[in-house]
Amino acid sequence: MRYLLAVLALAALATLPMVFGDYGTGMLVGLAGYVTLATSWAMFSGPTRYISLATVAFFGVGAYTVAVLNEVLPYPLVLLAAAGIGATMALLVGLSTLRLAGIYFVIFSFGLAELVRQLITWFEVNVTGTLGRYIFLDLEAKHIFWQLLALGAATLALSAWIRRSRLGLALRVIGDDETVAAHSGINLARTKLVLFVASATIITLVGAIQAPRWVYVEPSIVFNPTVSFLTVIMALLGGATRLWGPLCGAVPLFLLFEWLSARFPDHFSILLGLMFMAVVYALPDGVLAALEKFRSKGNGNSATKPAKEANA
Amino acid sequence: MLEIDNLRITYGKHTALGGVGMAVDKGECVVILGANGAGKSSLLKAVGGVVRPASGVISHEGQDLAQVPAHEIVERGIALVPEGRGIFARMSVADNLALGCHPARARGGAEARRREVLELFPRLAERQKQLVGTMSGGEQQMVAIARALMSNPDLLLLDEPSLGLAPIVTKEVFAALGRIRETGLTLLIVEQNVRASLALASRGYLLEAGRVVGSGSAEQLQSDPAVQRAFLGGTSEPLENELN
Repeated sequence: MRYLLAVLALAALATLPMVFGDYGTGMLVGLAGYVTLATSWAMFSGPTRYISLATVAFFGVGAYTVAVLNEVLPYPLVLLAAAGIGATMALLVGLSTLRLAGIYFVIFSFGLAELVRQLITWFEVNVTGTLGRYIFLDLEAKHIFWQLLALGAATLALSAWIRRSRLGLALRVIGDDETVAAHSGINLARTKLVLFVASATIITLVGAIQAPRWVYVEPSIVFNPTVSFLTVIMALLGGATRLWGPLCGAVPLFLLFEWLSARFPDHFSILLGLMFMAVVYALPDGVLAALEKFRSKGNGNSATKPAKEANA
Repeated sequence: MLEIDNLRITYGKHTALGGVGMAVDKGECVVILGANGAGKSSLLKAVGGVVRPASGVISHEGQDLAQVPAHEIVERGIALVPEGRGIFARMSVADNLALGCHPARARGGAEARRREVLELFPRLAERQKQLVGTMSGGEQQMVAIARALMSNPDLLLLDEPSLGLAPIVTKEVFAALGRIRETGLTLLIVEQNVRASLALASRGYLLEAGRVVGSGSAEQLQSDPAVQRAFLGGTSEPLENELN
């Protein structure tokens, strides 16, 4: 029954491009992209509490792979190549950084996006002699939306499966106390690495699938750090440790950001920063957790009862 | 069962343990005594795979443990209850225990073990759904010990189980440890509560500044002048007084 509902919901979502015009479908592409980015970001950063600002590093690599290979390989193989490159890069980065403490990882992940951008720029200028590439793929916005919808659904399904698996329980504690987690038989290094690679591969695919929307691609376009920050705010607003949290954060924030960037293009970064701070201060565990707390207060403080019993 | 030989642990230039040797036999309860900074916790952490020794041998059932990572050490049957409660406060008692069964060696017979563990800690049986963070310090320590027991260990390492607990709660925790000892499980305990731990243990070692300065049976240590001087305030009143 649940699966049937999920399939029906997906089918309904897939018809949306027929309802909305070109502009609306363009928005749907962005929306589906960010929902997938935030959900896959939370797959790794939610349980491990390693705040990754490397989203755009992988996203950009995905987009650039399409820009480089779109005239050489058939489209499905281009996507496969992007996934492979993203996974390999995540594996190398993960192996070298996941032993770092959280704060150093944040700094490294931010630097990674810039490093990749500079490396690609250097390579294009000095080796290929071009800066900027064209993507001529016969894909309309609705085709891109359908691909993102499928990827987003797969990401949610994968997250749900991980939560239900034995790994799910381990993941709930991995960010709490590494000593006890390890002493519960959890291989911390491997668990973090597997999650990081899975999450980064999906992020790379989002970049690859969205790339044809740009037509013209250069490093400063596809490695825009705003993508990393938006993803983090969206996931945190909804709740990074919950399955539906990132989606709940991504939908309203994407619409809000679209409106803000159209209305206040010059002050967008300031508004983004303020929003970031507001989310972290006011809703540290996300909207869903806050709603739950609010509801349990309404039900006669049932959440605080055990504490009283314990002290009695 | 556990043999430690010439174990050295260093943190940068600081030497926490400077060549320590000891042995624990199957079914024994051994206590490591020592003041703050004597190197007791470092020793336990090295056995648990949490810190890497600079040199020396830690051998468990004839196999060297010195380079084995913590998650593998649990699979070899050694469970650590770290200092300051090894629990997950935002999870329920039941989930903490479920986490204890995560190691492959603990998956078989988990349900039977859960019943045994809850028999040892009846107070936890009544509160399985309670969030551990809302429990008292003593109850949290019991959850930590119960979680470690769920991993089906042959050797249980306890790092200062009475730390920060009121005397009456300490008594309860040690009573539970006594019941665990009766099951035949091997225990290695680091403690500052000398009376309670010597009443429980069969043997002990005294650490001072990273070296073993005394060892013997619980009775011998109790009357050892060094122990008396350091911990018991120079008197040798019967242990029962402290525990009652």
